[in-house]
Amino acid sequence: MNERIAGTVKRVNGPVIEASRIDDALMMEMIFVGEQRLVGEVIKLKGEEAVIQVYEDTTGVAPGDNIYGSGEALSVSLGPGLIGTIYDGIQRPLESLFDQSGEFIEKGLSFQALDQEKKWDFTPLVKKGDFVSSGDIIATVQETQRIEHRIMVPPGREGQIKSIACEGSYTLRETILTLDSTVPGTGDIELTMAQNWPIRKPRPTADRRPLNIPLITGQRVIDTLFPLAKGGTVAIPGGFGTGKTMTQHAIAKWCDADIIVYIGCGERGNEMTDVLNEFPELIDPSTGRSLMERTILIANTSNMPVSAREASIYTGITIAEYYRDQGYHVAIMADSTSRWAEALRELSGRMEEMPAEEGFPAYLPTRIAEFYERAGYMETLSGKEGSVSIIGAVSPPGGDFSEPVTQHTRRFVRCFWGLDRQLANARHYPAIGWLDSYSEYLNDISPWWEERVGPAWAEDRREILELLQKEVRLQQIVKLVGPDALPDSQRFIIEVCTVFKNAFLQQNAFDDIDRYSTAEKQMRMLAIILLYWRRGNEAIRRGVTIVKLRRMKVLQEIIKMKLTIANDKVERFDRLEAKLERSLDRLGAIYG
Amino acid sequence: MDKDLKKRLLSAREYVGVDQIEGPLVFVKNTHPVGYRELVECRDRKGNIRLGTVMDTSADVAVVQVFEGTSGLNMPETRVSFKGEPQTLGVTKKMLGRVFNGLGQPRDGGAAPRAVRHIDVNGRPVNPVAREYPRDFIQTGISVIDGMNTLIRGQKLPIFSGNGLPHNELAAQITRQAKVKGQDTDFAVVFAAMGVKHDVARYFIDSFEKSGVLEKVALFLSLADDPSIERIITPRSALTLAEHLAFDEGMHVLVVMTDMSNYCESLREISTLRGEIPSRKGYPGYLYSDLAELYERSGMLKGFKGSITQLPILTMPNDDISHPIPDLSGYITEGQIVFERDMHARGLYPPVAGLPSLSRLMKDGIGEGMTRADHPHLASQLFAAYSYVKDVRNLASVIGEEELTPLDHQYMEFGEHFEKKFINQRADEDRSIEETLDRGWEALSLLPAEELHRVTEDEIDEYYGTVAVRKPEAGL
Repeated sequence: MNERIAGTVKRVNGPVIEASRIDDALMMEMIFVGEQRLVGEVIKLKGEEAVIQVYEDTTGVAPGDNIYGSGEALSVSLGPGLIGTIYDGIQRPLESLFDQSGEFIEKGLSFQALDQEKKWDFTPLVKKGDFVSSGDIIATVQETQRIEHRIMVPPGREGQIKSIACEGSYTLRETILTLDSTVPGTGDIELTMAQNWPIRKPRPTADRRPLNIPLITGQRVIDTLFPLAKGGTVAIPGGFGTGKTMTQHAIAKWCDADIIVYIGCGERGNEMTDVLNEFPELIDPSTGRSLMERTILIANTSNMPVSAREASIYTGITIAEYYRDQGYHVAIMADSTSRWAEALRELSGRMEEMPAEEGFPAYLPTRIAEFYERAGYMETLSGKEGSVSIIGAVSPPGGDFSEPVTQHTRRFVRCFWGLDRQLANARHYPAIGWLDSYSEYLNDISPWWEERVGPAWAEDRREILELLQKEVRLQQIVKLVGPDALPDSQRFIIEVCTVFKNAFLQQNAFDDIDRYSTAEKQMRMLAIILLYWRRGNEAIRRGVTIVKLRRMKVLQEIIKMKLTIANDKVERFDRLEAKLERSLDRLGAIYG
Repeated sequence: MDKDLKKRLLSAREYVGVDQIEGPLVFVKNTHPVGYRELVECRDRKGNIRLGTVMDTSADVAVVQVFEGTSGLNMPETRVSFKGEPQTLGVTKKMLGRVFNGLGQPRDGGAAPRAVRHIDVNGRPVNPVAREYPRDFIQTGISVIDGMNTLIRGQKLPIFSGNGLPHNELAAQITRQAKVKGQDTDFAVVFAAMGVKHDVARYFIDSFEKSGVLEKVALFLSLADDPSIERIITPRSALTLAEHLAFDEGMHVLVVMTDMSNYCESLREISTLRGEIPSRKGYPGYLYSDLAELYERSGMLKGFKGSITQLPILTMPNDDISHPIPDLSGYITEGQIVFERDMHARGLYPPVAGLPSLSRLMKDGIGEGMTRADHPHLASQLFAAYSYVKDVRNLASVIGEEELTPLDHQYMEFGEHFEKKFINQRADEDRSIEETLDRGWEALSLLPAEELHRVTEDEIDEYYGTVAVRKPEAGL
């Protein structure tokens, strides 16, 4: 082996290794430790010494062991074959690890992130003599039935095409394009369908675009009350058992992004198994294909080495950016960013750095900001449009939102879905609280809703939120003096909010009809509830009692409309609306 | 030189004299290069061997954590040898029916059983691809668990309790009554006690003996008066045996670990001694990862018959569920059974708080073909109604019960019935899942049918008004 020995081990303390006799190691260089070749990364250089974090269990590593350099920063391989694969935090395919070491993951396994033997059907889009530069799309490959993989010139490369492979099947090993380099004296550039990119460096784009298209998630409380824009960022904080993972799963399943990157960062092994079992069987409503055909999984469960947990977030976002550059809308779920922050804290502690709040390193906010800033709606180098939306779960200790990770995350995201313990206890899912949560994308995306779905959207939304706010104040009075003390007009506000919570906000992720709602269905449901509010309120003013309103038979149908009216049968809302009008008319007639 | 030979020679080398002793830590200078987490044998003046492991190794000094404590060691006469491999436990099915200390050495006076395999006690992470998603419903015969927080084979479901609450009774009852419907299977119990009192250990042994399962139980005891450092290794030894029984012998293993709070305290003790930077309440920053290493050693694997179900017990300091130990556990485990002191005071057993308790794997293990078709909706409705009861009770405590609306009165009645007839049961009462569900409907029937938003019309038609058929109660 012609490997370069970069240094030797001096001290081992968990995943952190101090090395000595270092001369030419690079900062952030990927290195291999010992004869088992454990993967690691250089994170600090000082004189002849270096600090290395190792992504595998360091049991058995001893002072004096050799450290081998790779000469490259820790990178991911990008190319056809990513979709449908489950990786660990440093892009080792878990299936291939399973083939090598069985049920339990051993150390020092060799790996290829992408299948090197598989042949892909290649269709060139450019021809000999064309001039291509960074990010230009040169060919397509049908990666899955629904995703056309667009092969790009890697950033930083350009030149005139000397030769390009003709249409046919090729593996990732084969050269498909030769460029005459523009830089004199560098010789020809040979490219394959795959490229590498360092995970800690954002991929370049041409420009940032305003965020004015919503990411429709199919979850009513999100789309209607606290919408997220394509290219936006959102944090979902919540104590354990409040449904962070359930919400993330629901969005990963039903949102209208083209590609989903799901990062299980320091979470339960069974949750990833659940995704692996469930996603291939679920059918995407917009394309009729299996959901797995748009999903990439990164699993670094809580019992896998902690430093790989730190890397998994970057691995995931780099893959997301790669598909964005092809002109896709990508949504990335990071579950949970708190585990990533804790990994930073653990490594920082082992390096004996001076801690800031609660033992977290002082650079925590910088790292969080860097991560969320990699989201956005971009114009790519090839002039297409693509976006990366980040949906990050936060697990605050004790469910207390004032802790550092939640607080710092809040500074860098523009949308906040706070999960509420009370709601979760009542098994009201999704438990997104309507008092803490907010979305700053509202004004940007209102025109989209008003044009595509209904002109009254923003107004309706404002009205129902106002009612919810009023209800909170009324509930405080009820807590003191009981509901009987309120006049019917105020009790009716509570009544409408209860209907809204049961009929609209609560959504059953396991029901075939209710698990996602189209924008149109959401709009119609909201309209019916507001009709009940507006006309009911009027009726009360004319002397109808609240008991009569509550006893209307049609109300049961309204509460169950989420379960009975399917997304493709929205015309049935017309009938329901007419029925409600008739019932109210009858009540009105009695009281004249 | 041949690598294996070199390793053997080095492991036979003994260093006489150590350079520093502090709590359970021993510092040895000028050694050959020692591997991280290597097994260490420490020989004291009298020639007794104590086991330990390397926690930090560098060119100058190796830091060794001694599991049996350092009392009685002196600096010049202590001999240390490094074994060149991580600590292993010799495992065999014959360990069932025996009592061991935290390191897996017999403490019942018998000879050590002959091991069929030696396995690294630290375990290795399971590849998520190889996991089988747990779905088999375990009937515990306890309504509040079966009906509302269903235990699934391969799940890790801790009991969050407090001092003086009957968590041991509940754990023992689950161990006695747990069965999978329609299957007669090879099962075993592995019991790990960390820093618990002698009488607690006694209670469990008696309870296993009474139900005649003692020969199916392996006990790893590190009691309150054993060195606290031994508690670090106790659950690891227990889980190593559990893995052997489940995945080599194809048994269904239930692992009871008590008390996780004591384990975490030992961890804090060592972390403090090493001068590490603490995070919350002085616990080390790696507490989450460390607990995950234990809790994640449960579940089922594709192509294997056996399974590991974990039932860790932890006492919440000052009944505070936001304390780091229950908090971090809750983030790793698949749900939690939370005890409420108030219910215990009212004489309800088991005092399981309805609302904060949760079983995450429940959704895939209940319903048609597994328990009964109405189970998911029924459970959701019970949660919703009981949660409303809590609101009504708060209101009643302010304005008085007389001022409540008639509907709220019905809810109060439902709440009473639910607690007394559904949750409450005897410590030896084994209810079938049908009885549990019927009892749930019986309680719900106290509410008007139009209040039941979470069940379907068909379910209301079929079950509303059900009165549970009870087995004849004792003494009647």
